[in-house]
Amino acid sequence: MALLQILISGLATGAIYALVAVGFMLLWQTSQTINFAQGEFVMLPAFFVLGAMKFGGMPFWLAIVVGLLLSLIVLGVLFKVLLVDPMLRHGVLPLVISTIALALFFKEGVKTWYAAEAQPFPALWSNDNLEIGGAVISVQNLVIIVVAVTAVLALQWFLARTRTGRCMQATAQNPALARILGVRVERMILYTFLINAALVALASFLISPIYLAKFSNGETLGMAAFIAAIVGGFNQVRGAIAGGLLLGVVDNLAASYISTQYRGAIPLFLLIAVILFRPQGLLGRAEERSV
Amino acid sequence: MKSWNRAALAAALCLAAAGVQAQQTVNIPDVIELSGAGAVSGTNWKDGVTLAVDEINAKGGILGRKIVTTHTDTQSNPGVSRALVQKALDNDPYVLLGPVFSGSVKVNMLLAQQAEVPQFTGAEAADITQMGNPYIFRTSFGQQVSMPKIANYVRDGIKARSVAVVWVNNDFGKGGRDSFIKEMGSRGIKVVADVSTESGQVDFAADVVKVKNAGADCIFVYTNEEESARFLREAKKQGIKVPLLGETTLLGQKVIDLAGDAANGARGHVGLSVDVPVPAIQEFKAKFSKRFGYVPDHNGIKGYTAVYAIKYVTTKIGKFDRKLFAKTMHGLTITPAMEPGILIETSWDDKGDIDRISFLAEVVDGKQKVTATLPKLGK
Amino acid sequence: MRLAGRPGAVFLALVAIALIVAPMGLKPHGVYLISMWAVMSIAAIGLNLTLGYAGQISLAQAAFVGIGAYCSAILTAKFGWPFGGAFALAAVLCFAIGWLLGYPALRVQHHYLAFVTLAFTTLVYLVLRNEEKWTGGTYGISGIPRPSLFGWSTKGGPAFYYLCLFVLAVVSWLTWRLVRSPWGRAFMALRENPLRASSLGVDTRRYTLMAFAIGSALGGVAGALYAPLVEYIDPTPFALGLSLNLLLMVIVGGSGYFFGPYLGAIVSVLLPEWLRVTDSLYLIIYAVAVMLLMVVCPSGLLGLAERLLKPARKEPVARAAAKAAP
Repeated sequence: MALLQILISGLATGAIYALVAVGFMLLWQTSQTINFAQGEFVMLPAFFVLGAMKFGGMPFWLAIVVGLLLSLIVLGVLFKVLLVDPMLRHGVLPLVISTIALALFFKEGVKTWYAAEAQPFPALWSNDNLEIGGAVISVQNLVIIVVAVTAVLALQWFLARTRTGRCMQATAQNPALARILGVRVERMILYTFLINAALVALASFLISPIYLAKFSNGETLGMAAFIAAIVGGFNQVRGAIAGGLLLGVVDNLAASYISTQYRGAIPLFLLIAVILFRPQGLLGRAEERSV
Repeated sequence: MKSWNRAALAAALCLAAAGVQAQQTVNIPDVIELSGAGAVSGTNWKDGVTLAVDEINAKGGILGRKIVTTHTDTQSNPGVSRALVQKALDNDPYVLLGPVFSGSVKVNMLLAQQAEVPQFTGAEAADITQMGNPYIFRTSFGQQVSMPKIANYVRDGIKARSVAVVWVNNDFGKGGRDSFIKEMGSRGIKVVADVSTESGQVDFAADVVKVKNAGADCIFVYTNEEESARFLREAKKQGIKVPLLGETTLLGQKVIDLAGDAANGARGHVGLSVDVPVPAIQEFKAKFSKRFGYVPDHNGIKGYTAVYAIKYVTTKIGKFDRKLFAKTMHGLTITPAMEPGILIETSWDDKGDIDRISFLAEVVDGKQKVTATLPKLGK
Repeated sequence: MRLAGRPGAVFLALVAIALIVAPMGLKPHGVYLISMWAVMSIAAIGLNLTLGYAGQISLAQAAFVGIGAYCSAILTAKFGWPFGGAFALAAVLCFAIGWLLGYPALRVQHHYLAFVTLAFTTLVYLVLRNEEKWTGGTYGISGIPRPSLFGWSTKGGPAFYYLCLFVLAVVSWLTWRLVRSPWGRAFMALRENPLRASSLGVDTRRYTLMAFAIGSALGGVAGALYAPLVEYIDPTPFALGLSLNLLLMVIVGGSGYFFGPYLGAIVSVLLPEWLRVTDSLYLIIYAVAVMLLMVVCPSGLLGLAERLLKPARKEPVARAAAKAAP
């Protein structure tokens, strides 16, 4: 029963990691952006919502809409136009440094202009618990799993089945060739940034009721998304979801059966092992870039 | 030659002006965690200090001198805190405030000691006052004082034979866990689970499963506020029935706000909290919340009372004498009648440790309810 | 970067003199900060060798600073070793571990290597925190003595600064020699085109490991100085944040430029201190400054300087390094 509880809770946490990891991976695929601020990207939308409620006096549902729009603008468009575009030609590292600085900027900004303390966040769903074979899962956790898996499946369908999606795939695989074939590469890249912004906002609204909103929340989440993306496969959407779910479960199993002090170490060993022996990730395909 | 004279005159005038300036103000710098892991504690402390300084300055300062306080951010990093304390000491401070993190205090209390500058710290680690430093003063119980109190409660109040310990693996949590386990050992209470958690951890499912399976009579939770709230929620979800015990970081209103009804039933020992039914503290809480827009935690009280202690002692000795200040602090008791800003009667012993009354409390219907008041140790 | 002949040499001499007389014009706080700058410069020089010259993206440098710091702290504070011995052992130990960490670099490259080294840093942090018997855990190690060398005590701030400066000078000189030796050229060949380097008879395997080992040893040297500088260590300063910070120093200064790390360390260590006049906004302004800097000059400060001074030159070295990842 304990094992079942650990597995179910792990899946719920893992679903969040998966959402964040998918966006992380999309950015890498289409624009070689290793986003060290991805965790802060998840932290921020919750504060957009709280800010809209506190300073704008809006009702919760409107604040959610505003939060989503702000996320699309700030974390999607502005992030791409102001930071990524000017540096894209200059390789990976300057952009890595910029995203590290951006993470600091978001953390310090929220702390200075909103609050240093953790904030309660209204729940989108009821707080009730369900029992499954002796293990307890909250409705919120269940919703998270369902929404995350649905979002990722929808995304995969979009990329594989729609024209725009296939153009995005082409952009990821070979931007030069895609451009010759008439794909509007710039626009496709912008789409991936918007999708990432929407995914992190979704993740933010889903987890903040459970995990509370705090300026430093991104540190743990960013790292987890990072590991999930690599373990699952850096070039596959379904890889990221597998990586996320696996990571959530492994983390809980490690804390239960190996050591709580070293719980953070087990996912890292997994990461190193995957990179050394199966660098394309558990579900990724070797030497191929696609979304 | 003439111009040289003029320059000398100008310089002399400047010096004189600086002298006048120094006479009108007293420099009490604050070195504190404003970013990084300690940001919440540090921000509370800083705002508490600010509130007290502004109140005192509005009433004419200390012995006619206005307090000048600069808050500098240690980034929760001992190396940086050392630099900042050095910077503060370079400007000839009267008394030093902060920091809260024990590691940082251990670095820079030596510098303050060398410079013979009294230092008020928010740290609670046991060993800070055991190093024979005559210039360090606490603003709250050290863990060597608070843990025996909660240990007595585990033995006499809960009548537990076994306990599970959940602690956050940083210098605050580890220090508390070590003191607590020592106290359990001396009372013959068995520690059946010893669960380390991470600062910033979000998923407590495995931890709760672990303590649940250990079958302890009660669970002692010693983590920071938001982690406490997450733990409480998960514990409720998994249907933990045994009492959850803790300190201010489990029973505070902040945790209750974050955890919702999952906090009900949590109980334990509260050393210093804005939730206790002491009128002066309630008044402080109202003033603080009004000005800064949030409810302070115990670090807000620590910072506030530290400044008032400085004011009281300096007024008592009648001059700005650091050595005499430190000497006077040892063995001193300040009551609210002597200085209202101290909020609650407080004594310092010869090591700089603090003694106050404290409380046993329980969370009932989303409110912290004090069930008993524990007397000062020295009485 | 090749300095332009005589004006460059004069400029360097002026900087050297300024560094030597600096403690006389500074309060103890300033002396402590420039000591920290010297220590961080050493660590960044090491990373610049690994990353800037040899093109191996490493996020493990904080771990080596940590290993060096704990090595020197444990040996001097707990076992009463003389500083020289602890210092040497820290360098050798980091050299050896760095060599071992180089093996993954033979298998994977670029961002994957960054991820492996990132994991390594976090693992080392966990060990430092959890193995309390050896490292003092979260309590840290206090009472780390500042050494006496040949009867000369470095207890005071300026004295210890001169020790740091001396080590920095020696490290700089050795690095200067190294990058102009056949080894240095082999490193650069490794960065520009490993395949061609290998076909031209460069033992890429050996040089990759060497680039890691030497860079890591310098991290250890920096750590061995860090511990007595602060006189207390705990695990938090050696977590991933420092690795990212050191990466920032190298890139902002100008990756692959000899003088890049010195400038980068100024930006990372001293700039936030100068910005403290803006009070609670200083980290926000610092973050914006770094982003602006990267937008304006992605090849770092020295890359910008070079572009301004020599507009004709085709491909700045740093840009090629930054392009190392696909």
